Amino acid sequence: MTAASFSLSRDDRPILIAAAFIVVILVAGTVYTFARFGSAPLLSPAYLLQQLQIGAFLGIVSAGMMIVILIAQIDLSVPWTLAAAAMMATSVGGPLAIPVGLGVGVLVGLVNGVGVAYLRVPSMIFTLGVNAVMRGLMVAHTGGYAPQTGATDLMRMLAGDRTLGIPNALFVWAAVSVLVVVILQRMSLGRYIYAIGNKEAAAYLAGVNTRRVTVVCFVLCGLAAALAGVLLAGYSTKAYQGMGDAYLLPSIAAVVIGGTNILGGRGRYLGTLIGVVLIVLLNSVLSIMEMPEAGRQVIYGLVIIFMLLVYGRGERVTS
Amino acid sequence: MLDDIAIRIRQNIGLVTAILLFCALYIFYNAAHPRGFSSAVLVQNGDEIFALAMLAMAQTVPVLMSGLDLSVGAVMTMVGCFASYLLTGAAGGAPLHLDMFGVHLGLGTFPGGVSGILLGIAVCLAIGAAAGFINGCVVVYGRIQPIIATLATGAVYIGIALFLRPTPGGKIDVDLNWALTNSLGDFASTVHIFDDGAAAWFAPFAWIPVPFVLLVLIPLLVWVPFRRSVLGRAVYAIGSAEGAAYMSGLPIERAKIAAFTLAGFFAGCGGLFLAIQTSSGNADIPQAGAYTLNSIASVVIGGTSLLGGTGSAIGSIFGAMVLRVISFFFRIFDIAPLLQPLFEGVILLAAVSIGALGMLRVKNTLELFR
Repeated sequence: MTAASFSLSRDDRPILIAAAFIVVILVAGTVYTFARFGSAPLLSPAYLLQQLQIGAFLGIVSAGMMIVILIAQIDLSVPWTLAAAAMMATSVGGPLAIPVGLGVGVLVGLVNGVGVAYLRVPSMIFTLGVNAVMRGLMVAHTGGYAPQTGATDLMRMLAGDRTLGIPNALFVWAAVSVLVVVILQRMSLGRYIYAIGNKEAAAYLAGVNTRRVTVVCFVLCGLAAALAGVLLAGYSTKAYQGMGDAYLLPSIAAVVIGGTNILGGRGRYLGTLIGVVLIVLLNSVLSIMEMPEAGRQVIYGLVIIFMLLVYGRGERVTS
Repeated sequence: MLDDIAIRIRQNIGLVTAILLFCALYIFYNAAHPRGFSSAVLVQNGDEIFALAMLAMAQTVPVLMSGLDLSVGAVMTMVGCFASYLLTGAAGGAPLHLDMFGVHLGLGTFPGGVSGILLGIAVCLAIGAAAGFINGCVVVYGRIQPIIATLATGAVYIGIALFLRPTPGGKIDVDLNWALTNSLGDFASTVHIFDDGAAAWFAPFAWIPVPFVLLVLIPLLVWVPFRRSVLGRAVYAIGSAEGAAYMSGLPIERAKIAAFTLAGFFAGCGGLFLAIQTSSGNADIPQAGAYTLNSIASVVIGGTSLLGGTGSAIGSIFGAMVLRVISFFFRIFDIAPLLQPLFEGVILLAAVSIGALGMLRVKNTLELFR
C-alpha cells in the first residue's frame, strides 16, 4: 500500500461521506425500531437482502442513467422505456420475451442517441418527447389498462427467485455493475465517455467520434431501463401502466448523491452503487417509521440537499 | 426602418415562429369548431391555457441563465393547496389550525370577505415567491446545480402540499371562481363595476376572457420591467457567459436569486389560478410532474434556448398556447382517445426537432459543440 492510496481524491470523498450516511441511517433506524418494537430488523441479513432485491431495479436504472449523465446529457425517457419493455416482453411471451423487451430499450436508446448526437436537440427535451411518444404507443397498444398478459417463468425466476438464499435480481444487478465498471475503467469507450463529459469539442478534436459514443451511451441507458422493466414485470408477475414513473427522479438522485457531477465528466460507479443503497435504505427506514408520504417527500428532498451541501458544491465562476 | 424590423425579426425568429404557429393553429381550430370564434370557446380555452402559460413563464427565467427549475410544478401544486385554505371566502373568516405529530395548534382566523380574499391572493403569491427565493438561495449560496437543487426542493414542496391536502379538497370562493374564469363582462357584473358590466362603452370589451387579460397584464407589469432592469439584463448575461458577466461587474448572485424568485412567483400565479379554476386544492404528484415537463417543452417551442442567453417569457406563453391548442384539436377531430397521447408525443417531438434544421447551416463541425 502506498501513501497515495490513503489520501482522498476528489471523487472518493462523496463516496465515503455517502457510505457514512448509510451507517447513520442504519443506526438511527435500529435505535427507533429497538425503542418502539424491541427488535432490530434493519440489521438482519434477510431483511437487508429483501430491501436490496427491491433496490436492484433502481440500481440497474441508475447504472444506465450514470453513463448518460457522465457525457453531460440526461435521459428523461426512462419511465416509459422501462414500462414499454415490460409490456412488450409480457405480451410477446415465450422464450422471445426477454430479447424483445431488451430490443425495445435498444431501439429507444438509438432514437434518443440519434436525436441528441446528430440532430443536436438538447437531451433534456428530446428524451422528454420520446418519453411522451412511448407513453402514447403503449396506451394505444394496451388500451390504457394494465395488460392481462403475465411475465414468463424465466422473468419471474430472474427477478423473484433466490439462489443459495440470495435473490437472483442481485446477481443481475451485480453483472450489470461489473459490465459498467469494465466499460468505464478498462475500455477506451470509458475514456471517451469521460472526455466527452469534460469537453465534447476537445474530445472531437482529439479524434473521438463523439456522436457515435453519444449514441452508444443512450443505447446503454435504454438497455438498462429495459432490463429493469423486464425484471420488474417478472417481480410483480405482470406489467402495469406507470410502472416506471417511480424510477426517474430517484435514479438521477442516486447518481448525483454518489458524487457524479450532473454536468458530466466526473464520477465513479462505486458512488452510484452507494447512492442507490442510500436511497433504498432511507425509503425502508421511513416506511418502518410509518412516515406519511408528505414527510417522506420532505425528508427525501432535504437529504439530497444536505448531501450536496456537504460535498457537491460547485466552484464559483469568476473568470 | 424596414431593415431595422428585418433585423429584429431575425433576432427573434423563435418568438416569431411560435406566434405564427399559434395564430395558424388557433384560426384553423376556430374555423373547424362548430361554435368557433365565440366568446364561450375563447373563455374555455383561456382557462385551460392559463396555468401552463404561467408555468412556461416561470421556467423561462432560470432557463435564460442556463439553469433549469424542476420545482415549478411542485410550487404550483403547493400554492394551490394553500389557496384552498385561504380563499374560502367564508363570511366569518376561516379558522386555521395545524395538526402535526398529534399536537393541535390553533393559528387564529384568516379574515373572510373581499379584503380576506385579496389578502389570501397576496399571501399565496408571496408563498410562491418565497419558494422561488429559497430555490435561489440553495443554488447561489449552496452552489448546487439548479437542476438538482430544484429537484430536491421540489420534493420538499410536494411534501408540504401533501401535508396540507392528503386528499383533494378545500373550497374556493364561488364568486372569485366565477369572476376570474369567465369573460370581462361576467367579471364586471360579479365585482359590481361599470354598472355591473352594462355600461355602453364597456360592451365592446365584455367578450374578452379574463385569463387572456391576465396573460397580457402579468407579463406587462412583471416581466417587462424585470427584463429592462439591471437584474433582468444580468440574467441574460449570465446565460450567455457567466464569467464575462462576473468580470463586467454584474450582480450575479442577486440576479440568480431574483430569477428563481420570479419563477416561484409565476408558478404561484399558475397554482393560484388552477386552484381557483378547480375550486379545490389537490396535491397531485403526476400532475405536478407533467406541468414541469410541459413547461420545459413550452419554453423550447417558444424560442428560448436551453443553453440560456436568448429568448423571452413572451415566447414561452405562445409556446404553451401552441402545446395546448394541439390538444384542443383532438376534441373537434375524431381521433380515437387511445391515440391521443401518441399524437401529442409525436407532435412534441416534431416541434422540438424543428430546431435541428439549423444543423444544415453549420459549416464547421466544431460549431456543434457549444
